[in-house]
Amino acid sequence: MSEWTMSGALNRALGDALTQDPRVLVFGEDVGRSGGVFRVTDGLQTQHGAARVFDTPISEAGITGAAVGLCFAGWRPVVELQFDAFSYPALEQVVDHVAKMRNRTRGRVDLPITLRIPAFGGIKGKEHHGESPETYYAHTAGLKVVVPSGALDAYRLLRGAIADPDPVVVLEPKARYWSKESGELSLDGPGLGEARVVRGGDDATIVTYGAMVSRALDAAAALADADGLHARVVDLRSLSPLDDELLARCARETGRIVVVHEAPRTLGIGAEVAARVMELAFDHLQAPVARVTGWDVPYPPASLEQHYLPSVERIVDAVRSVSSY
Amino acid sequence: MSDAAQIDGAPERARAGLSAEELRNLLRWMILARRLDRECIALQRQGELTVYPGFEGQEAAQVGSVTALGAEDFVWPTFRELAAAIVRGVDPVQYLQYHRGTWHGGPYDPRATRFGPISIPIATQIPHAAGYALGQKLDGTGAVTLVYFGDGATSEGDFAEAANLAGVWKLPLVLFCQNNGWAISMPTAQQTSGEIWRRAEGFGFPGVRVDGNDVLAVREATDAAVARARAGEGPTLIEAMTYRIGAHSTADDPARYRDDAEVQRARVGDPITRFGSWLAERALADDGFVAACDDEAERFAMDVRTGVIATPAPPTSWMFDWVWAEPPAGFDRMRGEALG
Repeated sequence: MSEWTMSGALNRALGDALTQDPRVLVFGEDVGRSGGVFRVTDGLQTQHGAARVFDTPISEAGITGAAVGLCFAGWRPVVELQFDAFSYPALEQVVDHVAKMRNRTRGRVDLPITLRIPAFGGIKGKEHHGESPETYYAHTAGLKVVVPSGALDAYRLLRGAIADPDPVVVLEPKARYWSKESGELSLDGPGLGEARVVRGGDDATIVTYGAMVSRALDAAAALADADGLHARVVDLRSLSPLDDELLARCARETGRIVVVHEAPRTLGIGAEVAARVMELAFDHLQAPVARVTGWDVPYPPASLEQHYLPSVERIVDAVRSVSSY
Repeated sequence: MSDAAQIDGAPERARAGLSAEELRNLLRWMILARRLDRECIALQRQGELTVYPGFEGQEAAQVGSVTALGAEDFVWPTFRELAAAIVRGVDPVQYLQYHRGTWHGGPYDPRATRFGPISIPIATQIPHAAGYALGQKLDGTGAVTLVYFGDGATSEGDFAEAANLAGVWKLPLVLFCQNNGWAISMPTAQQTSGEIWRRAEGFGFPGVRVDGNDVLAVREATDAAVARARAGEGPTLIEAMTYRIGAHSTADDPARYRDDAEVQRARVGDPITRFGSWLAERALADDGFVAACDDEAERFAMDVRTGVIATPAPPTSWMFDWVWAEPPAGFDRMRGEALG
């Protein structure tokens, strides 16, 4: 059994994809010689050559647009946009073309683009280095959006994203890059659009993703110890599509749902989860769906970020609240 | 001032290496394109097309450049390259589905025609072209990519980013700017204080300005840029000085911002009249040839009209059919909800 960091597992996913499919290209700012600011592409250029793993000028829109053209030429681009807030210059390309081009060509041209974006907060980052851009992408028809929470699943999700014939945005939680997980990297397991239960329990369900999965697990453990409350924890993995089936089952089986995310509350993924649960399992709900989220404010400076991010205490309080409703 | 006087003032030039038949064919395509353009405006006025962006006055810029490409080369257009499209073999009835409002992008096959989807967001097709050119370079095909854009597009970041990528990666790319003087209501002088072709130097490759209403000058400049790209020497920026005789689109009223006197002056240098005179003076094409082209253009326009009008609205299911190669779970449920 090996021990993997998420950064290492993602690195292996890229390396394996480059090895198995000669049409895969990996490019972005500082991904070549430097190996990426989070070392996710470390050593790939040496191993696979500068024609397939290459540095680009600082041109997020340009390289994302170039990925569209590369698809027309039969390539399978994996683009790194270095940080969440630096992905915004590429939004026009993503929304107007990446997401729509297959539809515009009536299926004649697939866009198997993977956009990797180190995202979310929790690492005492500088301004513009801690944002949660998922709603921008998940709200765009034609994009799949996935978020890994740990090393082993990160491998599976990134391999799945690269193999997928449609464009996939992979939001990689920076706070989890150096988290460790023991096990073998494998493609077996839940598919690209599937959520998974990461802790069992029948009293309530905490629905979350990314770095908040770890906090939700801590909260569930605390609730079991202190209150004897058994909270189930669901790692969404995929924000678009959402795994309706699992959400509905959890609502039916636990009757109480708490959604946790770093992103601001308004129009966050929590709003969509709440609406889906209501549509699919209203009669089974024992309490209103609760949301534990970042506040509707710009992401704060490092010294304040723990007052912004959902804390274990806030998650515990929310589960207690829906349980005593 | 007669058109002939204008031509007489121009320097004598080689034939861009073209045979008499090839030269005549340039004129033929320009005549066909203009007749089609006018038919499209009529179709819009009659409610058969939605908003349509005409290209009258830009026939030489498009025909001269697109004919420099080989079958294996690829074109990335804006929304104003119908002339280039028909030369490239794109079915105009399929192309016009875009403007009929029956499908986005244009339902022609971009891979088969080697003509990219119609692109409205300004300059966004230039990075696509750079990426496509990179793909060709990586595959070592020797194919050249040509991307069209307007003067207004050069103010966009996507132009600068793509041009920079093309320079850094020495891409087999021809950046072809049709400077038609106007970006909707903005004259080029308000778009940029410099000269567009000179931007190339800053990106590290050659730039050239040509008379975009002189089909042979355009053809020569594009031939040189294509040869350079094919030889692995990298990109070229061509600024073709032309003029948008008509409105930005059928939804635009240029009388609000442009003097008609300027348009009348531009008409004097009309690219079709100019080249027709040039051919006639050299006994390469007579009135009979032009009349035959006009007849062909009339039949062509009527065929396109018939095809456009015969194209029905698509079934509702089309909204759902091509969004995904592999539709995610739940998508079919929404499809069912929409289709009943």
